[in-house]
Amino acid sequence: MHKIEMNVQPLVTIFYEDEPMQARQGDTVAAALLARDQMIFRVTPVTGAPRGPFCMMGVCFDCLVEIDGATNRQACMTPVVEGMRIKRQNGAGETGLDIDYDRNCQ
Amino acid sequence: MKSHYDIAIIGAGPAGMAAATVASRQGADVLILDEQPEVGGQIYQAITRQPIKDKSILGNDYYDGQKLVDAFLASPVRHLKGATVWQVSEEREIGVSLNDSARILSAKQVIIATGAQERPFPVPGWTLPGVMMAGGAQVLLKSSGLAFSDAVFVGTGPLLFLIAYQYMKAGVPIRAILETSSSTNRLKALPHLPSALFSLGQLLKGRRWIKEIRASGVQFVTNVEDIKLLGTNQLSAVAYLHKGNWREIQTSNALLHQGVAPNINLAAASGCAHSWNNQQLCWVPQTDEWMATNIPGISIAGDGAGIGGAKAAQYRGRISAYRALYNIGKIKEAERNQLARPSQQALAKEMRIRPFLDILFRPSEQFQIPEDDQTLVCRCEEVTAGTVREAVALGCLGPNQLKSFTRCGMGPCQGRFCNLTVSQLIAKSRGVSVTELDALRLRPPVKPLLLSELANLSIPETEGA
Amino acid sequence: MTTVYDAVVVGGGLVGSAIAFGLQRKGLSTLILDEGDVAFRATRGNFGLIWVQSKGIDFSPYANWTWKSAEAWKYLSELIMELTGIDVGFRRPGGAEICIDEMEFSAKHEKMNRLISHSPHIKFEMLDQKSMTDLLPGLGPDVAGGCYSPADGHANPLDLLRGLHQGFLALGGQIENGSPVREISPQNSSFRVKTNQACYQGGKLILAAGLGTQKLGTKIGMNIPVHADRGQILVTERLKPFLSIPLSKIRQTGEGSVQIGDSHEDAGMDVNTSAQVLNKIAARAVRIFPHLGKARIVRAWGALRIMTPDGYPIYQQSEQYPGAFAVVCHSGVTLTAAHALHVPEDIAEGKLSQTLDPLGANRFSEALANA
Repeated sequence: MHKIEMNVQPLVTIFYEDEPMQARQGDTVAAALLARDQMIFRVTPVTGAPRGPFCMMGVCFDCLVEIDGATNRQACMTPVVEGMRIKRQNGAGETGLDIDYDRNCQ
Repeated sequence: MKSHYDIAIIGAGPAGMAAATVASRQGADVLILDEQPEVGGQIYQAITRQPIKDKSILGNDYYDGQKLVDAFLASPVRHLKGATVWQVSEEREIGVSLNDSARILSAKQVIIATGAQERPFPVPGWTLPGVMMAGGAQVLLKSSGLAFSDAVFVGTGPLLFLIAYQYMKAGVPIRAILETSSSTNRLKALPHLPSALFSLGQLLKGRRWIKEIRASGVQFVTNVEDIKLLGTNQLSAVAYLHKGNWREIQTSNALLHQGVAPNINLAAASGCAHSWNNQQLCWVPQTDEWMATNIPGISIAGDGAGIGGAKAAQYRGRISAYRALYNIGKIKEAERNQLARPSQQALAKEMRIRPFLDILFRPSEQFQIPEDDQTLVCRCEEVTAGTVREAVALGCLGPNQLKSFTRCGMGPCQGRFCNLTVSQLIAKSRGVSVTELDALRLRPPVKPLLLSELANLSIPETEGA
Repeated sequence: MTTVYDAVVVGGGLVGSAIAFGLQRKGLSTLILDEGDVAFRATRGNFGLIWVQSKGIDFSPYANWTWKSAEAWKYLSELIMELTGIDVGFRRPGGAEICIDEMEFSAKHEKMNRLISHSPHIKFEMLDQKSMTDLLPGLGPDVAGGCYSPADGHANPLDLLRGLHQGFLALGGQIENGSPVREISPQNSSFRVKTNQACYQGGKLILAAGLGTQKLGTKIGMNIPVHADRGQILVTERLKPFLSIPLSKIRQTGEGSVQIGDSHEDAGMDVNTSAQVLNKIAARAVRIFPHLGKARIVRAWGALRIMTPDGYPIYQQSEQYPGAFAVVCHSGVTLTAAHALHVPEDIAEGKLSQTLDPLGANRFSEALANA
């Protein structure tokens, strides 16, 4: 990504796939990930196709990621916060139930 | 916080801010809600932070919004930030989600100012990572000072050229611009040019952008007939058909745009009637000269009432605010008419350029209705154009039935990125006009909310609608 | 010009399509006349349950009819698969009704005892919270338990409708979409049916138009009392599979989304939802599965059940015009097998079977007479 000269913005540390990274306060999660050229945010629950941010205004629901354990959150609508943990969204959502999903398949 | 207000405004873009400023200054108890953490909507996004140092990049039109913002911030308005409105009932009960907690608020008058969204651009490969809407790229630029290097711009419309111009001013290399509108549009638009000349300044500005972009040496191709976005797990090339020949440009980013359309989901789910506008190829709410809808107490201001741009949005915002003030008895009829007149006149002037622009930049049919059966029309449920055609052949009459046949429209975007395509596709397959279809029924929640939020929903005692 | 059929079925929802499918399969040339895209289509709101444990608690004809349909369901799903390649998502892992507190638990236990007093072949087990949790991982601590019956199951109502339609067409049936019926005139031994576009003639006439059946019935001297009963439903985003056993009010579909109901409201023909009712539905669901609170609701709607005065279906043959029949019910999915496999036999032979006598519309006038 090309970075335009900005007025000074404080930085925060967030985690992507458990790796720490710097992000600018005021940026959304989507912007922070795109800033490091991360284009793929998830795979779809329907076919497992890779998707990334598309509209950047909260209407397409393609930029879904897991944030602090909560799945299917819109990255473009979520401002970064110090310590935030972000992960790729792997298909369908999860509600934190501790079960063996594979064994539970219908 | 209080649960009942005089006037609730949904959306803090130019229309919402203008309405809130006017209404609160006349003594109404005003609440404005917006999903974003700061005012501005799409067009003035990040204007309170202004992260970009060089003001010449975004241009004067952007910074002109500062006056509106300052006036708003100085007004006694209650502003709920990061608030997602998932319903407005006919009785003006507003369902709001804030920090994963939901409540019902209510107001005597509601002004829906949720603006516009970009039109879908269904071409093969449009779901590949690396492909974004050009408006989305502009959000990234304004809000985070980020830009895609060597992107291919595809489409048509003033916004596409504005963003390309802003990229140029920022020194961001542009790989190519592929313009997809038909050259015959120019001829068709000509009869409307005299009206458009009232906004000569705007016309000349647009021409200057295009002139400077071309002069900068960027590859600029007009009358592109077809587009394919290629790649396996992300975009690797843009293929385009021009004068009968297919060519390819290697790139990992494409920015698409073919105009904007009113974001109708909240208004439609509230019961507001919409009509199909065949010139603009989108649904537009039925509003009168006071921005009122068929639902008493609910009006629509800004681009959500019909595409008009930032200035028109402000005028509409003010008009709807004066109406709301009159409805709740804060001002008398004569005062309302007098106060609103300048805005109504200015609005009429501002809208004169629209027919010209609508025709000049009218998206071509092949980019509205994909001919290639493999092209996805519903991104969320991954339904192809071919599947929709099959459903019509099996007797599917419209977009509501289509949901049952194919799940198209049942995903989280709730039709925002497929409704325009699918309705036109079904109409064409059936050989009827879009107006003959039963429009997609949109219902709350218009944005998702957690089950726990609904379970713990805070509902005030009915105060009498 | 009038096209002639052996049977004309008015209504292309689950009931009409199933009966038409069965009739066409028996060799009767059959036409379905369906209203169109925004008809108050109960099928679209259907929960998808094949539910036995709560039917006909004090009315054995209904309990047995339901049981018969549930038992025939597997065959029907295989038939549809064979004809069309469509998987209607039929599963019969049993089903559970959750009892929130001890009061609900005893009331349910008592009901089930009444059921098996006349229908002992319907098996059930009352399970406390701990035993129910073995069956339903993630079950909340704040529930008393519930009732599990191996007789219950579920299917996908939309795939089922599609399967029935396509099976019907594959067998040679005809469907006219967007064709609300305007007029019905009984002839000598057939019926003339007029829509806006065309005229049809059917040797037999079957009214299966959901809430529209009452009005149509009056045209041929039948009194079919139905009214709308609104049920509101919430649907979540797609979730990874965690619930393989359907509950009476919570069910995870094949795509992963979870459907959550329900309510019973007298709201006329209003299919809107209300925050107050959705709040109650959500609160109960979160008590049953606390983890589900983290799921996002992406859709909500009100669906109109086809309710008769006593809640049991109506199977009525016209006394005045014996070739005409009316069928209405609110358990569209449960009874689909019976409607596709048993009812068409009766209709083809010209007489509803005796087992259906207690489910005739006359029971309402008789009740009035005896009141």
